[in-house]
Amino acid sequence: MADGRRSLRKVRLSTKPDEASLRELAIGDVVYLDGVVYTGREGVYKRAIAEGHDLPVDLRDLSWVNFHCSPAASVNEDGSFNLNAVTGTASFRFSQWLERWFALSGAKIIMGKGGMESADYRRYFVPNGAIYLTTVGYGTGALLGRGIKRVAAAHWLEELGIAQAMWVLEVENFGPFIVESDLDGNSLFERENAKIEAGLDTVYEGTRPAILRRFGETDDRKDELI
Amino acid sequence: MIAIDIIESSALTLMQKAAIEIPDDYLTGLKQAAAAEDGDLSSFVLQAMLENYEAAKEDRRAMCADTGVPRWFVKFGNDARIDGGPVALEAALRRATAKATHDVPLRPNRVHPLWRTDHNNNVGINAPEIEYTFEPGGDWIDLTTVHKGGLFGTDYRMLFPGDGIDGIKKFFLDTLIGFGKRGLACQPAIMGIGLGGSKDISMTLGKQAACLRVVGDENPDPKIAELEREFKELGNSIGMGAMGFVGKSMVVDCHIEVGYCHTGGLPMSVHAFCLSSRRATARIFADGRVEYRTDPNWFTPYMRRETVEWPMAEDRLEKSA
Repeated sequence: MADGRRSLRKVRLSTKPDEASLRELAIGDVVYLDGVVYTGREGVYKRAIAEGHDLPVDLRDLSWVNFHCSPAASVNEDGSFNLNAVTGTASFRFSQWLERWFALSGAKIIMGKGGMESADYRRYFVPNGAIYLTTVGYGTGALLGRGIKRVAAAHWLEELGIAQAMWVLEVENFGPFIVESDLDGNSLFERENAKIEAGLDTVYEGTRPAILRRFGETDDRKDELI
Repeated sequence: MIAIDIIESSALTLMQKAAIEIPDDYLTGLKQAAAAEDGDLSSFVLQAMLENYEAAKEDRRAMCADTGVPRWFVKFGNDARIDGGPVALEAALRRATAKATHDVPLRPNRVHPLWRTDHNNNVGINAPEIEYTFEPGGDWIDLTTVHKGGLFGTDYRMLFPGDGIDGIKKFFLDTLIGFGKRGLACQPAIMGIGLGGSKDISMTLGKQAACLRVVGDENPDPKIAELEREFKELGNSIGMGAMGFVGKSMVVDCHIEVGYCHTGGLPMSVHAFCLSSRRATARIFADGRVEYRTDPNWFTPYMRRETVEWPMAEDRLEKSA
C-alpha cells in the first residue's frame, strides 16, 4: 500500500447515540456499532406504512438503527436461525417511505448501500437529527457477520419471507461502515462525484452520442441514475 | 453413466465454495488493484474487502450476504450420459440450490416478479437458470455455479455499424460511470462485453464473458484481446475507484465475446461481475471422479467456431491415437 494514503478516523458508536456523538461524526469517518440494529426495507415499509400494521416491537426503546439489509439466513425446524453474513441493499429506492418511517420509528441512523440523494437528507434526515451510514465494499458480509452476537428475533417472517422480514440483531464492534451523510445533510458520495466529474470530458474525448437515441437520455456528466 | 447422487452432492459443494471462497484469479487481480490504488477512501474499501475474503474462508461464512441469483452452467462432453437423463440433472441442480440456500445459508433472493412469492430456497419459475453448452469428446460434464448480484451494473443497447469502436467505447464508459457512482456496480469488477448476436444472445455473451472467464484470460482473436486491454485501461482512467470514490480501480479485467449479428446492427451489452465474483466449477466423470476448479473454461474453440462443420472425425482419431 502506498505510504501517502491518509488513514480514516475510526469511531465506536452506540445504536442509541446521543446528539453530541452524532454531531462529532464527519463524512468519511469509519464507524463500528455496539448494541442492537434491525433490518427494514420495502417489505417492512409497505406493511407498516402503506398497510398500517402496528410495528411488531417498540423501536424507540429497542434500537435507533434501521439497516437496509437482507441477511443470508435460514430458519431451522425448531425455529432457531442460521445467520452468518449480512450485506446492505441499495437505499435510494426507499426514500418515498422515509418521512413516515422516521415518525414511526424514531430512527437516528439509516444504513444501507450507496446512500440517498442529498435532497433526501435535507428533507427527511436533517429535521430528524439522523445520519446515513453506508456499508463498505460492497459488501463485507463476513466481517459484518462476525459483529453479530445473537439474532434476537425475526418479525413478520411468515408474512414477508426471510429476505424482507425485520431481523433484530445484537451487535458488537459491528462494521465497518462509512459516514455518508452527517447531521447537516452533506453527502460523501456527492462530494466524490463532483471531484470525478471534473475529469470526465477528457475520458470521453473522441466519442460521440449513439446514432439511435433513447427517450430521456442525457450526456450531462453530473447526472446520476438514482 | 454419471450417477445423479454424485451430481447433486457436487452441486451442493459448488454452491458452498462459490459463496465462501473468492477465486484465486480475482483475488490476485484485486491485490494488484489495491497495491496501485492511492485514493484514501478507495484504498480503505479494497483493504476491507481483502480482510473480508479471509474472514469468509476462516469462518466458512458467505463473503457477501447478497448471494445474488444463483444459477447454473452445464457443459456436456459429447459422450456423457447421465443416469435419468437431463430431466434428472435439472432436478438434482434444483435440489442442490434449495439445500444450499438453507445450509450455507444463502439469501433467498428469488421471488415471483409480480406476487413477490418467496419459497425461501432460490427455486421457482425459471429459477435457477440452467444454461448448456457441449464439447466434442469426453464422457464428463462440467458443472459451474455463478452467484451474481442481480440489480445494477448491466446494460444493453442497440448500436449500429456507424457507431463503430468509438460508440462501443462510449456505451462502455456510460455503463461504468452510471453504475459506478456510489459503487452501485460493486466495482472493481470483471467487466464482460457482449458484441453482436441476437439481442438476447448479446446479453448472454456479455454475462458469460464477465462470469465464466478468469482474470488474465484473453480472447484468442488478437485484435479483440487488444480491445480488452484498451478497455480495461480506459475504465481505470476514469478517476473513479471502489464505491465511486476518487481512485483508479474500476476494472480488474475486461472480457469481450462476439457473435455474428444482423448486418445492419451492432447490439452490445455490458456486465459487471462484482467484488464478490463468485463462481465454482466441477468436472464429474462417468467413473465417479470429481475435480473442482475455479476456471469454468466455458469458451472453447468449439464454442467460438465460425464454420459450418466441426471436424468430429479428427477429434475422434486424436482421442483413439
